[in-house]
Amino acid sequence: METPSVTSKRVDFQVDPNSYRHLRLKIDGEVATIEIDIDEDGGIKEGYELKMNSYDLGVDIELYDITQRLRFSYPQVKVVVVTSAKEKIFCAGANIKMLAQSSHQWKVNFCKFTNETRLGIEDATTNSSQVYIAALNGVAAGGGYELALACDKILLVDDRSSAVSLPEIPLLGVLPGTGGLTRVVDKRFVRRDLADYFATKPEGVGGKKALTMKLIDELIPKATFGDDVAKYASQLASSIEKIAPSKGVEFSPLKKVIDQDLISYDYVKIVINRALRYAEITINLPDGITAPTSIEVAKGQGENFYLLALVRQLDDAILELRTNEAEIGTWVIRGKGNKDEIINFDNLILDNRSDWFANEVLHYLKRTIKRFDVTSRSLITLIEKDNLLSGSLFEIALSSDRIYHLIDTEDETSTPSFALSKMNLGPLPMGNGLTRLESRFFGDVTSLEKVQEAISKVIDGDLALSLGLVTFAPDDIDYEDEVRLCLEERAAFNPDALTGMEANNRFVGPETMETKIFARLSAWQNWIFYRPNASGEEGALRRYGSGIRGNFNKERI
Amino acid sequence: MAIANYDEKIPNNVDLGEDRRLKRALESWQPNFINWWKQMGPTLPTEDVYLRTAVNVGRDGWAQFGHVAMEEYRWGIFLAERDRDRKIAFGAHKGEEAWQQVPGEYRSDLQRLIVIQGDTEPASVEQQRNLGLTAPSLYDLRNLFQVNVEEGRHLWAMVYLLHAYFGREGREEADELLLRNSGSSDSPRILGAFNEETPDWLSFFMFTYFTDRDGKYQLGTLKESAFDPLSRTCEFMLKEESHHMFVGTTGIDRVVRRSCEVMAEHDTFDIAQYGAIPLAIIQKYLNFHYSVSLDLFGSEISTNAANYFTTGLKGRWAEEAQGDDHLLGSSVVEIEHLTEGGQITSREVSALTALNHTLRNEYIADCQNGVTRWNRVLEEFGVDFRLSLPATSFNRKVGIFSAIETTPNGQIISAEAFEAAKENYLPSDGDKAFVRSLMRPVYETGKIASWIAPPIKGINSQPFDYEYVHLA
Ligand SMILES: [Fe+2]
Ligand SMILES: [Fe+2]
Repeated sequence: METPSVTSKRVDFQVDPNSYRHLRLKIDGEVATIEIDIDEDGGIKEGYELKMNSYDLGVDIELYDITQRLRFSYPQVKVVVVTSAKEKIFCAGANIKMLAQSSHQWKVNFCKFTNETRLGIEDATTNSSQVYIAALNGVAAGGGYELALACDKILLVDDRSSAVSLPEIPLLGVLPGTGGLTRVVDKRFVRRDLADYFATKPEGVGGKKALTMKLIDELIPKATFGDDVAKYASQLASSIEKIAPSKGVEFSPLKKVIDQDLISYDYVKIVINRALRYAEITINLPDGITAPTSIEVAKGQGENFYLLALVRQLDDAILELRTNEAEIGTWVIRGKGNKDEIINFDNLILDNRSDWFANEVLHYLKRTIKRFDVTSRSLITLIEKDNLLSGSLFEIALSSDRIYHLIDTEDETSTPSFALSKMNLGPLPMGNGLTRLESRFFGDVTSLEKVQEAISKVIDGDLALSLGLVTFAPDDIDYEDEVRLCLEERAAFNPDALTGMEANNRFVGPETMETKIFARLSAWQNWIFYRPNASGEEGALRRYGSGIRGNFNKERI
Repeated sequence: MAIANYDEKIPNNVDLGEDRRLKRALESWQPNFINWWKQMGPTLPTEDVYLRTAVNVGRDGWAQFGHVAMEEYRWGIFLAERDRDRKIAFGAHKGEEAWQQVPGEYRSDLQRLIVIQGDTEPASVEQQRNLGLTAPSLYDLRNLFQVNVEEGRHLWAMVYLLHAYFGREGREEADELLLRNSGSSDSPRILGAFNEETPDWLSFFMFTYFTDRDGKYQLGTLKESAFDPLSRTCEFMLKEESHHMFVGTTGIDRVVRRSCEVMAEHDTFDIAQYGAIPLAIIQKYLNFHYSVSLDLFGSEISTNAANYFTTGLKGRWAEEAQGDDHLLGSSVVEIEHLTEGGQITSREVSALTALNHTLRNEYIADCQNGVTRWNRVLEEFGVDFRLSLPATSFNRKVGIFSAIETTPNGQIISAEAFEAAKENYLPSDGDKAFVRSLMRPVYETGKIASWIAPPIKGINSQPFDYEYVHLA
């Protein structure tokens, strides 16, 4: 099962429309169309062909890039049609041969990214008035139907053969990996027994039956499919109110330098310690960069607007480390620069929330910090001299498993500190619907209120500790040792157990569709994927396509 | 409390004055320590005591003798000299450089080992605090106080490690060491044996012979530790520990000798009436202290001990002298085994999990030396009685034998039979009351109590009638 070749080459998440191999983006006024036309020979790794519009990580990287550009570069777009350029097939889901040859780590990381992109599509629908509709011109199987489920509406061609399906259980012995089961019942409200029937039927359901089961929203005759979809899209677009210009902000490739154990961007720098398996991530605000005086000035800066540029770099850095540095189990996060300036940036964004650009930056920031929440790495934030992490950027600290805050006893005037802003009170919620502060002080209203009162105060180590905002506040004598011991200890634990514990502690309180999708990916799906019944020599996933059925251990666990 | 000159107040070889971390340790911890000493240390008020103070680590002249007031004792911090080429001698890290820092991976285990060791040090001071009130001579009184201040110094040594290497958690543990108290119902000392008061001097000698000797073996295994500062600390502590055991060995020797003299004089074993301790009572005290000290070695089979060995935290006694691979991956040893029918047999187990058992056996052999020595006194007087170590299975609360009762000879008996015969094996209330009745202080120089012989020579070439202690 484990094939080292799958992770031997660095995956780059930086793509641009001119180099897409699998997807095409067409813009027609307020309606955009994403055409899936997967290049069979364009797999990101060797060893499989992407037949039947099946996808791998490379395809999903393009899809993510499109969703991002649609929000920033084409803000006028109100409806995004996702369809296929291939006859009779919309999308067959994740490529099975690719899954079968991939390491477990690769699969889980791939599914996680895919989930985030699907959730991003829903986020665009909800928060950017960019409503996605899936126009299924043919079969949508497994991950193909899961992509459709992420869209707000699903239109299926009525050709007596096209169907939607989740054939993972009957065919592969695993579960749909990107939220399919969850969205069927939690989003589309399919009745539970019908969901059971649907998810165990390899050929899936099409036609009227799919409609009555609520698996799709519209059934469209084959002859008029193209026109009807276009009409549907433009009608939908005209019903959506949105104030946005016809031209947005262009993204050019990030300036990124990788030199062995060093990965650096303009504002994000990563240094990897391989012996102790941690990466130090430093977020910088260089001197001289200040918050623009108005949102118009910010917009004029475009992709160079500090907060946007930083988030793009951070986003790429997270994906980079997750995918290419699986063994680097701890991320040590620091910020350096004038923290007061971050509060100014926060205010600029929050004072202009009705502006499309401020809105997009805010939600991009939200999505990126959410990536930290679901990252299977120990996150340790360090509040040190010249700490930058305040306000919105302090959310990164709050997403961490531990925060160490240095108290400088030598020079009390420059003892490290941070501040909170309104950004910490709602605009950047977690997947569970709570703010990170609400999650942190779950069930402890008194502490939460005290923290809320400390908004915009300068918070040093002592205060931070008493407010419960940091885990430990060692003084300069202890600090280095405490951090070192923590990192060394972390490196010694079972990484799987850490992943489980951290996920447990990060997501307190209520479940949402989003938290279910991730929790079930990491608990159920991982377990099922890893069991011999799926991936053993005689497992169903392993044997798929061989003509021999999987041989199961019959015990129910 | 400000300490003007650290190096002067606290003799050390760890660059105390230069080290900010230790400076803070002293500032925050030392006043609490002094407080603890005043409240929990010796109750007998004294002006000064003729004490040995460790001032160096060199081979010769590591200690100074002189009369000092006990609160002003210079509790020093000493680590044996560093061997810069020292390599780890055993376990998975064998051959690697010894650690000068605590590896985060082993932080909590190492901290736990140090805390457990550290907890025993002040505990014995607490257990022995009232003994000064009944000292048989100024010489013995001085020895008691010597042991006490050195146990205090051992506490310092462990606290030094906690402060210097274990950060905030280490400091919290160091504070706790002073907050637990021997015999306290709310916060007792960690190990059971350290919560019993040492009620009389016979117990004190037995304690220093048997229980300090357990300490010697624990320190000996920690001396092998891959964590170099711990190793060096324990190596130096062992130097002082040998005096504590000397107090026990010669103390019991002198009690036996006195009993022999009185027996010879009156030609009877029944010497209680003449103010000496009958041999049978000595044997019962020995039975008690030996068996509870065996319990301190823990269960015969221990995965903790195996882990400590494999990870390099704790070696075997004289690790480098062991002629094996120092990994114990596949070695086996025989240990006692209790069959379902309650018979004692033996079985083979992995040597790695039986390390407690192996160390305990080294200890047993060592204990036998003193018994042989005391029996020579009996032989010298032509007394037809021999002291002996009871069976390993006797009176055990820890390990496989805790499930059964045996006689001191190792014969299995029922719990009821044990209960009925207990007074013959272990000190009875009557025995204890009798021994306590002999405990009258003798503070006159050159004088000694009726139940013990004077030592052959004094301390540091001083005569027996030297003024070892000036009472307040
Ligand atoms: Fe000691
Ligand atoms: Fe001792």
